[in-house]
Amino acid sequence: MSKLKVATCSLAGCFGCHMSILDLDERLFTLVDLVEFDRSPITDIKQIGVCDVGIIEGGVCNAENVHVLREFRSHCNILISMGACAITGGVPAMRNRFTLKECLDESYISGMGLLDAQIPNDPEIPLLLSKVHPLHEVVKIDYFLPGCPPSADAIWTFLTQLLSGQPIALSYTQLHYD
Amino acid sequence: MNGGPLFTIDDHPVLFQDGQTIMEAARAAGVYIPHLCFNPEFAPHGSCRVCLVKVNGRTQASCTTPAMAGQVVQSETEELRDIRRGILEMMFVEGNHVCPACEKSGACQLQAVAYYVGMLASPFTYFYPRRALDASHPDVVIDFNRCILCELCVRASRDIDGKNVFAVQNRGIQAHLVINTPSGKLGATTFSITDKAAQVCPTGAMMIKNQGYGSPIGSRLYDQESVKIVGDVAQVPESEGGRRHE
Repeated sequence: MSKLKVATCSLAGCFGCHMSILDLDERLFTLVDLVEFDRSPITDIKQIGVCDVGIIEGGVCNAENVHVLREFRSHCNILISMGACAITGGVPAMRNRFTLKECLDESYISGMGLLDAQIPNDPEIPLLLSKVHPLHEVVKIDYFLPGCPPSADAIWTFLTQLLSGQPIALSYTQLHYD
Repeated sequence: MNGGPLFTIDDHPVLFQDGQTIMEAARAAGVYIPHLCFNPEFAPHGSCRVCLVKVNGRTQASCTTPAMAGQVVQSETEELRDIRRGILEMMFVEGNHVCPACEKSGACQLQAVAYYVGMLASPFTYFYPRRALDASHPDVVIDFNRCILCELCVRASRDIDGKNVFAVQNRGIQAHLVINTPSGKLGATTFSITDKAAQVCPTGAMMIKNQGYGSPIGSRLYDQESVKIVGDVAQVPESEGGRRHE
């Protein structure tokens, strides 16, 4: 049987969930026997191919996030929303109670120690959305794995159960929002 | 079991005394029914609806329904679990409950009950409301973003402290916690850190200052064990009750 293809990426997140994947430690050897990584910070492949499983960390805060998320959805059979930011918007979504202009002004105009204060507008910088959104407000999500980040044990339980076709059953200490 | 009237919860007999509610009798028997606005030290409020059970086939709040002999109560069914999870999902989108950035995380009853009912993600659109903090009091900070309107602080301040510091204003989606002063600030009241009202918040809406991270994340009340085991049902000695929820 050919290996299952897995892609991962971080949108409006902190890469903490990917750090937690690395915390799998020697279990990564077992994992790469079961799956082949496609686009992922682990492989540094930039373009996603057709995949069985996509794992996304972070919410949606800018136009590029929307593009990448839709690309993952159209290339992956199963899409997993991993971590607090992907599932709730998380800490980045704490800006949602303010207007975008208030946030930009606070950072780039009225912030302390700024010289020649101006809001960046280079065309290469993705445009910010007015609000940060959880992934499932933009595309259909098949599985949610909460945690900030989910522990390596939770990720391992989740992946082994998913890959062997079992229903997902996290233990009490593996289901956490923090 | 001997003597006294009985009803059943999920086919297990529960002994009760006249005047007890289903929730009180269940708790005395060591049976956990998830709840947020109910606190055994206070008169029931019946507002959060998390403790819904089926009583002889009718859905009712167990904290306000009197126990009666022969009642057939269902609590841990898939249908009720779905309803309870739905209530939690609505609570989480209605305020700003950012567990990763909250000092109450791990010791929060809202979070613990959400774990208990198996909430993974809320299907509802987040409100992300804008609510100001009140840090005007020297010892206590109020974060209105985390208030779930259980009115435990309202009841404690009114009925035990005799100060009537808190109230809930308006109705429906407009309902919100207010402080009973012209300025609306906690610092302008006689509220004290030793008040009962300072001890009862089930979420991180009311936090004692100067003791943040006294216990680390991971070793707090609900971090290792479920609320069904270490919640207020744990205050009842095991020998009194027929069983614990497993």
